[in-house]
Amino acid sequence: MRSVCLYFQVHQPYRLRTYRFFNIGNDHYYYDDYQNRHIIRRVAEKCYLPANRMMLQLINEFGKAFKVSYSISGTALDQFTQYVPEVIQSFRQLAATGCVEFISETEYHSLASLGSEKEFVRQVESHNKRVEELFGQKPQTFRNSELIYSDSIGETIANLGFHTMLTEGAKHILGWKSPNYIYCNNLNPKLRVLLRNFRLSDDVSFRFSEQKWSEWPLTAEKFVGWLNTMDPHEEVVNLFMDYETIGEHQWKETGIFDFFYHLPSALFSKSNFNFATPEELYQRLQPMGALSVPYAISWADEERDLTAWKGNELQTEAFSKLYSLSDAIEKCQDPVILRDWGYLQSSNHFYYMSTKWFSAGEVHKHFNPYGSPYDAFINYMNAVSDFTIRVEAALASSDAVKKEKKPARKTVKKSSAVKPKATRKAIKSASADVKKSVKKDVKVKAVKASKKVVAEPVKAKAGIKAKVVKESKKGQAKAEKPAKPKQAGKTKKVSKPRSAEQN
Amino acid sequence: MKVLMFGWEFPPHITGGLGTACFGLTKGLAKHGVEVIFIVPKSFGDESQDGFRLINASDIELDFTQTMTEEFREKISYMEVGSNLIPYLDPEEFEKWYSEEITGKKPKTHSVFDRKYQFSGKYGANLMEEVSRYALVALSVAKKFDYDVIHAHDWLTYAAGIAAKKISGKPLVVHVHATEFDRSGENVNQVVYDIERNGMEEADRVITVSNFTRQIVIERYGIPSEKVFTVHNAVEPVDKPEMDDVTKHVREKIVTFLGRVTYQKGPDYFVEAAHKVLKRDPNVRFVMAGSGDLLNRMIRRVAQLKMGTRFHFTGFLAGAEVDKMFAMSDVYVMPSVSEPFGISPLEAMRTNVPVVISKQSGVAEVLQHALKVDFWDIDALADAIYGILHYDGLRKMFARYGKSEVDSLIWENAALKVLEVYNNATGH
Repeated sequence: MRSVCLYFQVHQPYRLRTYRFFNIGNDHYYYDDYQNRHIIRRVAEKCYLPANRMMLQLINEFGKAFKVSYSISGTALDQFTQYVPEVIQSFRQLAATGCVEFISETEYHSLASLGSEKEFVRQVESHNKRVEELFGQKPQTFRNSELIYSDSIGETIANLGFHTMLTEGAKHILGWKSPNYIYCNNLNPKLRVLLRNFRLSDDVSFRFSEQKWSEWPLTAEKFVGWLNTMDPHEEVVNLFMDYETIGEHQWKETGIFDFFYHLPSALFSKSNFNFATPEELYQRLQPMGALSVPYAISWADEERDLTAWKGNELQTEAFSKLYSLSDAIEKCQDPVILRDWGYLQSSNHFYYMSTKWFSAGEVHKHFNPYGSPYDAFINYMNAVSDFTIRVEAALASSDAVKKEKKPARKTVKKSSAVKPKATRKAIKSASADVKKSVKKDVKVKAVKASKKVVAEPVKAKAGIKAKVVKESKKGQAKAEKPAKPKQAGKTKKVSKPRSAEQN
Repeated sequence: MKVLMFGWEFPPHITGGLGTACFGLTKGLAKHGVEVIFIVPKSFGDESQDGFRLINASDIELDFTQTMTEEFREKISYMEVGSNLIPYLDPEEFEKWYSEEITGKKPKTHSVFDRKYQFSGKYGANLMEEVSRYALVALSVAKKFDYDVIHAHDWLTYAAGIAAKKISGKPLVVHVHATEFDRSGENVNQVVYDIERNGMEEADRVITVSNFTRQIVIERYGIPSEKVFTVHNAVEPVDKPEMDDVTKHVREKIVTFLGRVTYQKGPDYFVEAAHKVLKRDPNVRFVMAGSGDLLNRMIRRVAQLKMGTRFHFTGFLAGAEVDKMFAMSDVYVMPSVSEPFGISPLEAMRTNVPVVISKQSGVAEVLQHALKVDFWDIDALADAIYGILHYDGLRKMFARYGKSEVDSLIWENAALKVLEVYNNATGH
């Protein structure tokens, strides 16, 4: 039995509002709520809701012989929750049929696999969790943003325990090989790799309504006819496309709904194909061999490479600027900062900066809210500049808190061993002050608080022991003074507590 | 194909962009085997008023003779017609100039840049007389030569073009480099407007230098869109001398406006945008190079905004000074309110200076590696300037693609489009 594997990608980014440089440092909200709401509602109405209804109808009609799989990005899920919660409900209905596999991807449809492995893994894991919570299945299959794949990305995914990863059946990696078999990862053969049959997929997603196309109009019968002409040994046809193909990229008037509605009946009556999800294929089929992909591929443009997102100087700068924050972000706890960090990573922002459509690519133009890649770049960089300031501020305040806590405690310990009671008291009260002020101010006025905190403990420390106060010259200078009374202190007890007071 | 072409200036007597454009166009046409008889008005002083003289192309004194090709020498006949017609002057100015010229009070140098534009709608008799006289001379020329099509550049020559068409029955193509609406906003000189519209109506085909101008021709002159064609200007690939020796004497980045300080060029938007940028980043210097009727107002506004130490006025710059200014600049801004084409950003890009241009300019239609904003959108303008100054990726991109983009805008391609219009008009 040969199979058709139907997989749809559901994604909407958080588009940025016009964010001017004079907003930097003043205004920390980056998203175009109006546009985002408008688009997600429109697409829900034209595509997600009616297409889901159709899929449900097909599943009911064909007694579970019809199978389909989806991945839904976290930014799409967030926007559904925010603006059209009924879409999530309708996907849950589909999930309940048992005929639908939900596939994992990066939470933010990001390029993290190219920027930071840690961040990539974090996003995959959080998305996994989310899919499981929402749809009741633990994802076994992974698709990276834009179907980006390389041997090493595949290995990372294998190590996370996935069975299968989807990518593009790019000509330059396949050579004479056919995309219509299952392959495995070159570094970790446990991971299966499913390859998109781009010719047949694009016949539907790009060419369907193209009246100049010699095959127009395309019907389900004709399509199944093409499948029948395939080499009978070939095992699987992977039709991977944007879900928005149904009703949004190809309008309802083009007959796209009819095409998908009639596809199962044509397939069952006129061919020996069935429908399968990636996980079923994993259970049933053996890989033909390993696939070597040393350099990352994607499903974009003729080249099937990364140049749509990392092809020019604008994209390179924006990308490196963003991911230079990775380390700092790890120490951040602020949920709003973490949210923005995610939303700013969506691959779309980089796509808008592509200069490739200057030469060709109507496709690029179609999905771009900006007049030019330069506008997209400036807007994005303004937002990232503001974001950077926030991350640095958050970091500075948390650093300050840590610095303070440590030496204060140390001082207490050490001094308690050697110092007389009076001194200990003074220290205790000082460090208690520090703790109090830390607790109180950290969250609200992080920066201000840290200044205050820094000031106090220096006083406390300096009075007691020179060693501890090395950090600041000022502190050191102060510390030298009390060293004398310390020596003298053996004879004159009074001088020690006084020295603490003095400082 | 043989063309009778009426211009109003030709190298080396150039006061503005039109002469350069005509020179480039005729050279481009020569490359495609088109013969051109080029006629310009010229004040000969003592010569008879209906006389003209034919000048061999090889006799034309040019600063850049090295760019003359054999084709050019063979194909182009250049002719000066006795006339006092002077480009870039409105009727009143002409009157003033004429009287000064005749009485010899003023040396004969005309620069477009230092003239004020004052339109009160009054009729300047002398200029219109010259326009008619030029047309009469054109008639006598038109009889003597054989040609397939007539091509007239801008309104001063339209009457000549129409006269030649009437006598020869050959199709007329008029070339719109600017309209009265660009020159004077909404305060249109009715006489000039009428001449323009009449020329376009009588013409078999109208060529505009941009789609922006094409739209004006269609909407404001009521010309049927099917006979209006856009042929974008091109630039001569001249290798400018290296400017390595130019040293900036200030550490700050320099943002430059260069052009006439008049309503059409939008200098006030530049001043307001400068204020916005300086509020955020005081380490920038703004330069306004040029003069014009709005200059004093700009100086006052800069003082009012208290940014006099960061905003500088150079007055009118010419020749090497312009090149030097470009070489010192980090950003070039052209916020024109209405610009049929606009060649200056291309000159900036040649010296690897990133440019911000208004969407209301013809040049915005052909440039991809430039930042484009609406002239009235000060926020966007300020943002674009700030972006270039602060985000390195932009500078790198412009340095990499800008110059080659400009160098690809060659007259040979533009001339081919003009040739198509000729073929179209003559029914070939």
